[in-house]
Amino acid sequence: MATCLCDAFYADVARAAVEVLEFAGCEVVFPEDQTCCGQPPFNGGDFETSRKIARHTMRTFADADLPVIVPSGSCAAMHRHGNLLQFEDQPDLEDARDLARRTWELTDYLVNGLKIVRWPGRHEGRLALHHACHTRGSATGHAITRLLSTIEGLDVVPVGQGDQCCGFGGTFAVTFPHISREMGRLKLEHLLEKNPQAVVSADMSCLMHLCGLAGASGMALPVLHVAQVLRNALTAPVARP
Amino acid sequence: MTEPIDAFAAAQSISRRDAVVHSAALTTEQRSHILRRDYEDPDALRRLAGRIKQHTLDHLDHYLEQAVSTLEKNGVHVHFAPTAEAACRIVLGILQKAGARSVVKSKSMVSEEIHLNDYLARHGITSLETDLGEFIVQIDGDTPSHIVRPIIHKRRDEVARSFEAHGLGAYDDDPETITRRARRHLRRHYLASDAGITGANFLSAESGRLVIVTNEGNARFCMAPNRLHIALLGLEKIVPRDRDLSLFLNLLARSATAQQLTVYTQFIRGPRAPSQPSGPDTMHLVLLDNGRTEILGTSCREILRCIRCGACQNVCPVYRQASGHAYRTVYGGPVGAVLSPLLAGPEFSAYADLPRASTLCGACQEVCPVDIPIPELLLRLRAKGKGAGIIGPDAPPMQAFGAVATSPGLWRLGLKVSKTMNLFPAKWVPWKPLQQWLRLRTLPRWEGGVFRAWMRNRQNGSRRRPSPDPDNKS
Repeated sequence: MATCLCDAFYADVARAAVEVLEFAGCEVVFPEDQTCCGQPPFNGGDFETSRKIARHTMRTFADADLPVIVPSGSCAAMHRHGNLLQFEDQPDLEDARDLARRTWELTDYLVNGLKIVRWPGRHEGRLALHHACHTRGSATGHAITRLLSTIEGLDVVPVGQGDQCCGFGGTFAVTFPHISREMGRLKLEHLLEKNPQAVVSADMSCLMHLCGLAGASGMALPVLHVAQVLRNALTAPVARP
Repeated sequence: MTEPIDAFAAAQSISRRDAVVHSAALTTEQRSHILRRDYEDPDALRRLAGRIKQHTLDHLDHYLEQAVSTLEKNGVHVHFAPTAEAACRIVLGILQKAGARSVVKSKSMVSEEIHLNDYLARHGITSLETDLGEFIVQIDGDTPSHIVRPIIHKRRDEVARSFEAHGLGAYDDDPETITRRARRHLRRHYLASDAGITGANFLSAESGRLVIVTNEGNARFCMAPNRLHIALLGLEKIVPRDRDLSLFLNLLARSATAQQLTVYTQFIRGPRAPSQPSGPDTMHLVLLDNGRTEILGTSCREILRCIRCGACQNVCPVYRQASGHAYRTVYGGPVGAVLSPLLAGPEFSAYADLPRASTLCGACQEVCPVDIPIPELLLRLRAKGKGAGIIGPDAPPMQAFGAVATSPGLWRLGLKVSKTMNLFPAKWVPWKPLQQWLRLRTLPRWEGGVFRAWMRNRQNGSRRRPSPDPDNKS
């Protein structure tokens, strides 16, 4: 599943996710009818609308009994946890459970699904890793750290207060503009403290918010999705002994 | 129209905000350090504590009955207060019957919840707060902004000025001087008071032991010189057995203040025994319901596990930015965003905005010593608000989004159309959420349909692998 943000704004991230999966030996199928995981109305408490979207997603991915890979911890969390909450008293709870069981965040799938423990290739530079909140308590955090740590030339810089949210929060970003901006500013301070060349994350939503804030203050914030780092590492010239 | 909590955060002074941000961040860091240092798997302890509390709540009728019968056997007068008003009336009645005119009290969030001090004052009884933070809040005519640290929002120069204004000594913002002055002032009042009121952190159903923790020893002083002790507590404070207390006390001190144990931990089994030289001859215990049994019947019952450590407030980025008073209720921060609207009962709609004041980042659940699924409860309350027709200001319309997101043709068309938005400034688009986004942020370039076109080509067979050499599998 490409996610709505990659669909609308970040084509290269979805491309990178496909290329990374193919490199790992997968055949990637893209059901054309996919749209969104339903999280925006869900977070707003509009379960009626979000269930409609979730049902559409369940139907779209029901055809083949395949793992559903999402280059976003947030959308994965919606499938794995959010749907179980909003379908708890619904007759099609089993469909929600089925999708939850099959859904993986991309790096979680690479490390824990495909058992890849080392990523080849090279990425020259220092990156700051932003752990998106929706990967909290999931296997994604370790998976990303593990993969990135095996890429030659790549240095992941320490980031202070990594447990703190960037302030995006979906519609929160527009309904609580002041708090959202202040949280974002603090997050940028922590991420940029060690002068990384780019900020990397498993979620474009956080990065879109942080880039937007930086952009509004005239600063270009280089960001990469973890799928892009993995893909770029494969295409970079590898210095071999 | 803006969200009230966001408006509050925007209006408060930078110095007040920074005081909360720094103090909360420091405690969060220390909490996590001490838990990891002392325990191999602190999360397992949090989950265990959560299960014990949930078990107690699931069988509250049983444990309440057991607690009351043990307490009465121990010589404690037990009162059950269905409402805040009833609790105040009960306390007043006890004090009046004993002829008490002045009361010293230790920190109790339940007393804040029922606004006991104001009630007693209206009936001619003075009630003096003896916890240093609560004392400062009281002389300032302020309210606590944090469960554990009521003056987290105050700087010490403010406190020093306030002490000067209340005749507690010339301006001096040295914390030790401030504390010594308060100590001297309070000592006199302990001895001159007619009764002591305390809260309680736990009540063991098995032994009827009441556990009160303080760092200042003030709860002892409220009890020791007095003939009459009244303890106030919410009925969710019960734990089944004394042995459960070891787990809860260890988690409470570490979660709240990053201590191994609070400095004073009192175990009160009842009034003074004949062999004891001092202490109250009479002990009353007021168990407050005030909406709690109602909450037990809802899908948000887990919030009653709360042991009031304040760790969720410290870690919450929204609480840090907004501070406690933004929540307009006694309980602020993540726990308050769930508890306050529920305790409000029929006034739910007045506090329906509280659960919206969260990015659902989940940090609160991660630090909760009783593993309350706070983000899930916030979502349930948002759904409750939405179901009651309460919609936040500036909330983007979701039904239209839902219609597009369930119709793949419209979705694809939307993606194509969106790309044309690169041709003119986004600020021309008359869609409010987009404009609100653009007030603070830039927008990336629209690339609607680009990935799909690439993917279609790829699936039609023109595949290139980025780099062979797949020797990466274990």
